[in-house]
Amino acid sequence: MRHTSAPRRHGNTVIAVVILVILLFPLYWMVNIALQPGEGLASTDWFPVDAGLGNFRRALSSQGGSLATSLVVALGAVVVCLALAAPAAYGLARFGLRGSRTIVFGTLITQMVPGIVVANALYSAYVDLHLVNSVLGLILADASLGLPFSLVLLRAFMVSIPREVVEAALVDGANRFTAFVRIVLPMSRNALITSGLFTFLFAWSDFMFALTLNTTDDVKPVTLSMYEYIGAHVSDWGAVMATAVVSAVPAAILLVLAQKYVAAGISGGSVK
Amino acid sequence: MTITATGAATAGTRPPAERTTGGRGRGGGLLRWCFVAPAVLYMLAFFGYPLVRNILMSFQHYTPRTYFTGSSPFNGLGNWRAVFSDPLFTGSLWHTLVFTAGSLLGQFVIGLALAVFFSRRFRLSGFARAVLLLPWLVPMVVTSIVWRKLLDQDTGVINTVLTGLHLASGPVPWLSSPGVALLSAILVNVWIGIPFNMVILYGGLQEIPRDLHEAAALDGAGAWRTFRSVTLPMLRPVVTVVLVLGFMSTVKILDLILALTAGGPADATQTLGTVTYRLSFEQLDFGQGAVVGNVLIAVSAVFAVLYLRANRADFGRGK
Repeated sequence: MRHTSAPRRHGNTVIAVVILVILLFPLYWMVNIALQPGEGLASTDWFPVDAGLGNFRRALSSQGGSLATSLVVALGAVVVCLALAAPAAYGLARFGLRGSRTIVFGTLITQMVPGIVVANALYSAYVDLHLVNSVLGLILADASLGLPFSLVLLRAFMVSIPREVVEAALVDGANRFTAFVRIVLPMSRNALITSGLFTFLFAWSDFMFALTLNTTDDVKPVTLSMYEYIGAHVSDWGAVMATAVVSAVPAAILLVLAQKYVAAGISGGSVK
Repeated sequence: MTITATGAATAGTRPPAERTTGGRGRGGGLLRWCFVAPAVLYMLAFFGYPLVRNILMSFQHYTPRTYFTGSSPFNGLGNWRAVFSDPLFTGSLWHTLVFTAGSLLGQFVIGLALAVFFSRRFRLSGFARAVLLLPWLVPMVVTSIVWRKLLDQDTGVINTVLTGLHLASGPVPWLSSPGVALLSAILVNVWIGIPFNMVILYGGLQEIPRDLHEAAALDGAGAWRTFRSVTLPMLRPVVTVVLVLGFMSTVKILDLILALTAGGPADATQTLGTVTYRLSFEQLDFGQGAVVGNVLIAVSAVFAVLYLRANRADFGRGK
């Protein structure tokens, strides 16, 4: 490895800080507006000198319900997605079923199907099944955002679990299902966390299914709620930005607590 | 979102599951299929069915009353003719291609530059890379709304800065001029996509053996020459992955446009995604919406085929 001199390394750090400042400025500005009192905001101060939480109070009182909806839908999508993906990933990794290759290939192909096309066809089916304007309907649709990703990630991981470990359990009298639950799932903990995190993020960020599969105000995640709010003439940018900050919180938490898993998910086998 | 496809992209190129454990008794075939069947049925319902249904719908006549009467008679090529003669569609096709090409170019060039930069070892490098992911993790609708405020002609901070520094003679109509709005949308999407490109390309750079660089340096190659003749060729498979995944997630763009410009002004930022949405869910003409949706799929499919081919070539050579 090349040894860089100390001044040069400091130079790099300075450049990195400048890059950060430029690229993160929009998010800073979001927080800045959210913290400044005053509804008109014809001119915004560069720094939130007299910061207040008034905007956040207004945001939570009007958007609290939507945030709760987003949370329920996203958690539901994680449960559905993992419940489907984990057993399937194991089956595809280990059982040597006929058609496994076709299924994996089909999973890859699903990435090509644009969400709006899915929504276009799903809408009429949802009308028939009474799933329009329901939390369950949105959970089921949002699970599709994470399923292919989770299936492929988990399968890649489960292929690497030593065969002997599972075989030993089978010899001890466990059937395939108990061996899966007691041995395979705990060993796949990291991959499960990564899949779950990303499915949560996808569902939390979902706007398209929320927009197309809901025709009333019954089910309104925060993305849809913010979109409708700015559709009307915006006067209260302070509250909009406060809502934006709150809706970005899951992303920020993930970045702090689960950075390792986020990085694993992004490279997720693509760079091998 | 782009990432969905990331893991998916290459896992298919791994060798298929071994057959050894499969055939032997314990648990039997039925139980083994019980593991896989639910996910397969789900994917058939949420991906397979919509694909087939969209093709059928594109030959059916839907009206706002269809969902009361339940009647959507087949009308041959009527929807296809109507859509292809609609200037809104041809315009959106063009905007989609410009938007996709511009976004990919910007994201990739800046992402690669940052990946190279952050490959140097210095304090804060790891921290900075992590924090830079944030724009990509925030919901796209939310970042688009934030940008809508940043780019506001009268009260946006970007114009304040530009006019303050005398870089612009007057406020730039970022989102209110048909000539500029598409460019603004590209700008925002580049900003959103930089982290993803950076992280994947950074990962690719780490995989390149360092001795190759040292060998090139010993042979007297300069930094730029080494980058062009050693780094870029070694990085090629990763570059393919990034660009194709980027293409597939960008070509279907919807959230960003709706929240930033709603397709305007004067339809200057309508894309295939927004036109599908407008036809189906605003005008309730699901048949014509399906036509545009099918075009969108066709465009994606062409690139997917190119991608699989390129990838196979790469892996074939690697073995």
